[in-house]
Amino acid sequence: MNALDRALTHPLTRNVTPERRPFDLAAYEAGGGYGGLHTAIGKLTPAECLQIVKDSNLRGRGGAGFPTGLKWSFVPMEDGGPGHKYLICNADEMEPGTFKDRLLLECDPHQLIEGMILAAYTIGADVAYVFIRAEYLLAERLLREAIRDCYGKGYLGRNILGSGYNLDMHVHSSAGRYICGEETALISSLEGKRANPRAKPPFPQVSGLWGRPTIVNNVETLCNVPHIIERGAQWFNDLGLTEDAGTKMYGVSGRVKNPGCWELPIGTPIREILEGCAGGMEDGYAFRGLLPGGGSTDFLVAEHLDLAMDYGTIGKAGSRMGTGTMIVLDDRTCPVAFVQNLVAFFARESCGFCTPCREGLPWSAQLLAELEAGRGQAGDLDTLAMHVDFIGTPGNTHCALAPGAMEPLASGLKYFREDFQRHIDGRACPYCEREAAA
Amino acid sequence: MNIRIDGVEYPATKDRNLLETCLGLGLNLPYFCWHPAMGSVGACRQCAVLQYPDEEAEQAGRGKLVMACMTPVSDGARFSLETAQARRFRQGIIESLMINHPHDCPVCAEGGECHLQDMTVMVGHRDRRYRGRKRTFRNQYLGPLVHHEMNRCITCYRCTRFYRDYAGGTDLAAQGCHDHIFFGRHEDGVLESEFAGNLVEVCPTGVFTDKHLVHDYTRKWDLQSAPSVCAGCAVGCNTLPGERYGRLKRVHNRFNAEINGYFLCDRGRFGATWVNDERRLDYPGLRGEDGRYNAIDHHGALQRIVSSVERGAVAAVGSPRASVEANFLLRLLAGPARFCPGFSAVEQPLVGEALALLRASRATVPDIATMETADAILVLGEDVSNTAPRIALALRQGVRNRAYAMAAGLKLQDWQDAAIRNLAQDQRCPLFIAATAATRLDPVAARSLRLATPEIARLGLRVADALAGDNSNDYSHDNSHDNPDDHSVHREAAAIADGLRDAKRLLVVSGTGSGDIAVMQAAARVAEAFRDTGREAMLSLVVPEANSLGQALLCEGNGSPDLDALAASAEAGEIDTLLVLENDLYRRAATDQVDRLLANCQRVIALDQLDNPTTSASHLAVPAASVIESEGTLVSLEGRAQRCFPVFPPHAERHPAWVWLLATLKELGREAVSDWHHFDDVTRGCAAAIPALAGIAAAAPDHRFRNHGVRVPRQPPRYSGRTAMRANVSVHEPKQPEDEESPLAFSMEGLNRDQPAALLSYVWAPGWNSNQGLHRFQADVGGPLKGGPAGIRLLRANGGATPLPRHATAAFAVEADEVLLVPRYRIFGSEALSAISPGIRELVRPACIELCAADAERLGLADGDGVQVGDNAAALPLRIDDAMAPGCAGYTAGYRETAGLAPNTRQRLRRVAHFSPPGPTVIGSDRGGRHG
Amino acid sequence: MSELIPALSADELAAIDAEIAHAPYRDAVAVDALKIVQRHRGWVSDESLKAIARHLTMSADELEGVATFYNLIYRHPVGEKVILLCNSVSCWIKGCETLRARCREGLGIDYGQTTADKRYTLLPVTCLGACDKAPVLMLGDVLLENVNPAGLMATLGASGEEGT
Ligand SMILES: Cc1cc2nc3c(=O)[nH]c(=O)nc-3n(C[C@H](O)[C@H](O)[C@H](O)COP(=O)(O)O)c2cc1C
Ligand code: SF4
Ligand code: FES
Repeated sequence: MNALDRALTHPLTRNVTPERRPFDLAAYEAGGGYGGLHTAIGKLTPAECLQIVKDSNLRGRGGAGFPTGLKWSFVPMEDGGPGHKYLICNADEMEPGTFKDRLLLECDPHQLIEGMILAAYTIGADVAYVFIRAEYLLAERLLREAIRDCYGKGYLGRNILGSGYNLDMHVHSSAGRYICGEETALISSLEGKRANPRAKPPFPQVSGLWGRPTIVNNVETLCNVPHIIERGAQWFNDLGLTEDAGTKMYGVSGRVKNPGCWELPIGTPIREILEGCAGGMEDGYAFRGLLPGGGSTDFLVAEHLDLAMDYGTIGKAGSRMGTGTMIVLDDRTCPVAFVQNLVAFFARESCGFCTPCREGLPWSAQLLAELEAGRGQAGDLDTLAMHVDFIGTPGNTHCALAPGAMEPLASGLKYFREDFQRHIDGRACPYCEREAAA
Repeated sequence: MNIRIDGVEYPATKDRNLLETCLGLGLNLPYFCWHPAMGSVGACRQCAVLQYPDEEAEQAGRGKLVMACMTPVSDGARFSLETAQARRFRQGIIESLMINHPHDCPVCAEGGECHLQDMTVMVGHRDRRYRGRKRTFRNQYLGPLVHHEMNRCITCYRCTRFYRDYAGGTDLAAQGCHDHIFFGRHEDGVLESEFAGNLVEVCPTGVFTDKHLVHDYTRKWDLQSAPSVCAGCAVGCNTLPGERYGRLKRVHNRFNAEINGYFLCDRGRFGATWVNDERRLDYPGLRGEDGRYNAIDHHGALQRIVSSVERGAVAAVGSPRASVEANFLLRLLAGPARFCPGFSAVEQPLVGEALALLRASRATVPDIATMETADAILVLGEDVSNTAPRIALALRQGVRNRAYAMAAGLKLQDWQDAAIRNLAQDQRCPLFIAATAATRLDPVAARSLRLATPEIARLGLRVADALAGDNSNDYSHDNSHDNPDDHSVHREAAAIADGLRDAKRLLVVSGTGSGDIAVMQAAARVAEAFRDTGREAMLSLVVPEANSLGQALLCEGNGSPDLDALAASAEAGEIDTLLVLENDLYRRAATDQVDRLLANCQRVIALDQLDNPTTSASHLAVPAASVIESEGTLVSLEGRAQRCFPVFPPHAERHPAWVWLLATLKELGREAVSDWHHFDDVTRGCAAAIPALAGIAAAAPDHRFRNHGVRVPRQPPRYSGRTAMRANVSVHEPKQPEDEESPLAFSMEGLNRDQPAALLSYVWAPGWNSNQGLHRFQADVGGPLKGGPAGIRLLRANGGATPLPRHATAAFAVEADEVLLVPRYRIFGSEALSAISPGIRELVRPACIELCAADAERLGLADGDGVQVGDNAAALPLRIDDAMAPGCAGYTAGYRETAGLAPNTRQRLRRVAHFSPPGPTVIGSDRGGRHG
Repeated sequence: MSELIPALSADELAAIDAEIAHAPYRDAVAVDALKIVQRHRGWVSDESLKAIARHLTMSADELEGVATFYNLIYRHPVGEKVILLCNSVSCWIKGCETLRARCREGLGIDYGQTTADKRYTLLPVTCLGACDKAPVLMLGDVLLENVNPAGLMATLGASGEEGT
């Protein structure tokens, strides 16, 4: 595939060659980079940019899939002035099983920066932050270098491309905690506080960082923006195989032959990703189910393998597309222990603000651990079902962490109920016995 | 506007959230993190109800759980509290909270008045299913007032929301994460906020409890209580002291929508237990030849008082901390010309001037709640955090009106607490402070200036001029051009006036604390000038003590002698008998002066609660009941007359001062009192005799009042063990004492409901054993009590009939070897009685002199030196405090050691050789490792 | 009291001040400042915490609340290198528990513990975003991928070979 073809069909990864260092500013530009910037800044009005992004049907790639253009349109535009609006890139990627943003950050930092400048221009932000998780040290270093180069080139700073538009960009390296990825918790954290999420409304678009209008977008979302601006909404819409637009970074981890992350047209069927890209199950392992988009999505099972991986289809099947990175459950891994690992993770990462999450998740994890240890009791599955109901219903908790945390448990109880029951009836984990026997 | 709850239509108002609405309707909906004064954050998820989108969904029972505290009400909205789905969820929340709760109710100081207990019973949670281990924490030593027991925590975040967000404290924070969240300090140490004690009431369980109560424990249901008024300062916060076995066990807040609301300061909460002190006088003591006191009975004492008075040449010293009635009777006894109100000679004109200014000003004299509505505040020379702490808390709320204004722009309602704080961040209404030193309000001030007292007055006058657009005033007479700082005062005044440009409601706070009449006058002028621009102005002038203003009203305009005048009379041999009412004169004037005064009188009769230097110098010491044991009217700084009722009958030969004095007058055959039998008669007599006090009789219902035909009980319905209480003496229960003086009963019989607010004796409603049951007594959740306002406003402004005086202020300059002496008040220590209460006693630091480093160097003094001020006898330790205004020496006011010092006088400081400083005391966080 | 708080080094101050330069409030850089000091000193002691708080004009108590929220701020001394072992689901499937057991046996430390020679501290960490190369861990600043127990012990210079 030649470079232009690749740029047209795989915009996000057109520059990605994992074996070498990412493009520096010159190389990025040589490959057509900052084309979006030149197209828009000073030439298109923010309102025109917004319209293009709206028309593109780009949806947030951070997990919730909210239409990006619509989100941006809530930012009050009459409200300008220095230090007055913010754009934040959410590069906190900590969702279990998710490893797509790391790739984009480490392989093409300028693409993200270009997307951020365009997004900031569209909403009239004059300060942008990249909120990056602490462990992404390489990505952080590359970003800082790239930002420095952009200042040198006049793509950041005052009067960008002579348009009169000013933008400063900073990198904030976090100090851990999964909850920081939740956009309002992220804002609290960026303010130097404990990362407790905030009640919505008011939404960050009107009252976010330091009380000012703020947009938080995922890395992948923002990386799409330069291409949309440069090539137009129609091109982007045409990329998708189903009603969703664009490409998507899909990933597969677990006991598959070739775990990895690929950019594919959105709406690619699950089977194609699982078998075509990831090479199917490892020898000696059979497929039992998968979480389609990270640790906080519901299980899908064999009957779902031919579904298209897009927001609507996966939603109708009772799960969520989430981050689009699948975790595969094989037949030799205990589903109860699998779910226990996830629930214990979410319990540990709860911010501790609201009761159902703070107390209910550890309790659920403790029950699952009891089950796994062969100490399950008769009513335990009912208690777990109660937690699924209490914690898992959106709105019952202060933020979306807890409902997400319950998705694997809820669907696990649905698809693998026998396994749960066998732990209680047999007073032991059947998988551990098999392991021990092997 | 109407909403439907469980199929029933109810009226609702749109500025209330659903939780408030439900509580206001008398529906039992459990909650934890919401607080009527602090709004909602949605942390505990306890107040869940089902919301239906429409009628059809309601029919089908298909709805969505919402948190009532986070849900605005709108016309036609449909909810269910009772549906199984909502009930199960609320039960589940309690069950979740209980997985780590220690269930130590039997040994918990909160037991019996625990909001968590109430809510647990309310949702019907009983059986434990959780099989894991509970998490445990190490408790911290938080000082002598508040006890910490973290294992009981249910993580509702109320403590930090109060401590940090509401009261501005910085040393209590949430720590840790997930299910391991700890509320405490960075390390063991005394909580720094002067409002820390409110944690005891704000915490819905037993994490923060009253240390004094923990050590001398009684359950709420065994406490006898009555409406009282805090005697800690002049604000007049309403309190509910609780008693058992003749001892005061604790003081709780008594809600008053116009004054203290839900919160007291620590002086008020912890400063009344001095009434249990072993130095209380129990019997009258007659000094014998050998200088020792012999106990006599009250008949004997009365005869001696009467015969002393009959011998002629009587003079009396009243007390600004004693009730209006006691002072009035004493004044009747001695005659107005021989009645000294009992202020220090310095204070007397200051308090008189405060009253005169309040009358002359056309600005509103605000109550605390009204202060909170200000959108701009100027504080001139008064350190309210130390002299009237509850006002400081109000000012912290006032500056938040900017946040509420911003929130309104986003259509956020006032109860959306977290959202509003996030929106406004540190944007506040302008608060300007001019003081001689740092104040604890400085962190929320737009500008805080450190100025010498005369400069504060000049700043105020210039602000007034700037507001009036008046540049014509010639300040040359005050030598301003000689003062290099003057330009800066001028500039600051212009900046302040500019900062008030957008304000609509200005509050000016000043008072007697600066010791300078000119400062108060300047404050009044600013308020006046602001008002003249067609906007609303408020003027609050702080006076020193609980009844200072009442005393000023009693003596208004009739030239009562001050202490100096009294001393002169005594010197001239004009006083045979000196009666001193509840007043330790050694805190009012220099020791040698008081010694001389007392020595120059033939007989000194001191009526007081505690043994003190004045009673020790008296010939007859007469035990008086305390404010907790007696009825009385106190007039607060806003001119509000409020009634206190005895919480328990005084024991031994302690009687209320009014009883002693009325009996004396009757024995003397005074015509005026011949048909006075009750306290109410005295109150009415005083109201009739003193026009300015005419309103006091209406401060509370009189003793004949009955609530639906019965009395208001002091003991709650579950008051237990009345026969067991004295089982070591007799198993027969004595008859409960009768209360002849009030509509309250010393028993559990009666009705604690629907009574006028002044008679609220405890807060208790079915299902609501904790103080959260208060909403059942409120007309509107978080709003005024059903019984109406408590107390009565006495002050009538004369509407500008007298022009505001304008004091010429001399420029401030000190000679090279001089300092200007300025008073520095302390919340713990400057008020004599609270300072000896257990707990607070540990926090009182010795009096000292404070200087900035530059001045110390100029005068050749060093930190820790002993210094003598002028010819004041006592040597005081010197502390370097760089927050002192240059040229000023702060002296700790209200202490006996500094009683002889006159504020705002130029003095020389002399270093004392061989000075040994007073022993170390607890300060801040430097006391680690001890567990209380 | 102030003398008890050791001063922050010039390097630390410069780095913190650079963050403050573009923050609207000093205390907004609390997390950055904690990380900067931790980078220099390995962990954040009580004294460091107080020094940072003072520099940010905030109370030590509030800073403590921030510091203890985040799992990568160490309020206890840690070893020369921290082993952040990913124990999230993909790594768990691929055997992170074996790695943990090997650390227990070979280094004598479990989560939250430091070797006696102060070389290593073992901590669990959230999904490291390298699930396709599970199991993974971070050894100090370095990401190790597709880790097998024997290789790990060799890298750590510990004897964890027995019982493979
Ligand atoms: C508990 C939790 C963790 C989250 N973590 C991340 C994350 O690491 N990265 C991310 O982009 N979005 C994360 N999100 C989603 C964000 O809240 C937010 O929706 C997203 O950043 C918006 O970007 P988008 O519109 O571009 O998707 C998380 C959400 C929740 C509830
Ligand atoms: S959060 Fe609300 S949700 Fe919870 S009670 Fe507290 S009061 Fe309500
Ligand atoms: S689960 Fe370990 S890297 Fe994702």
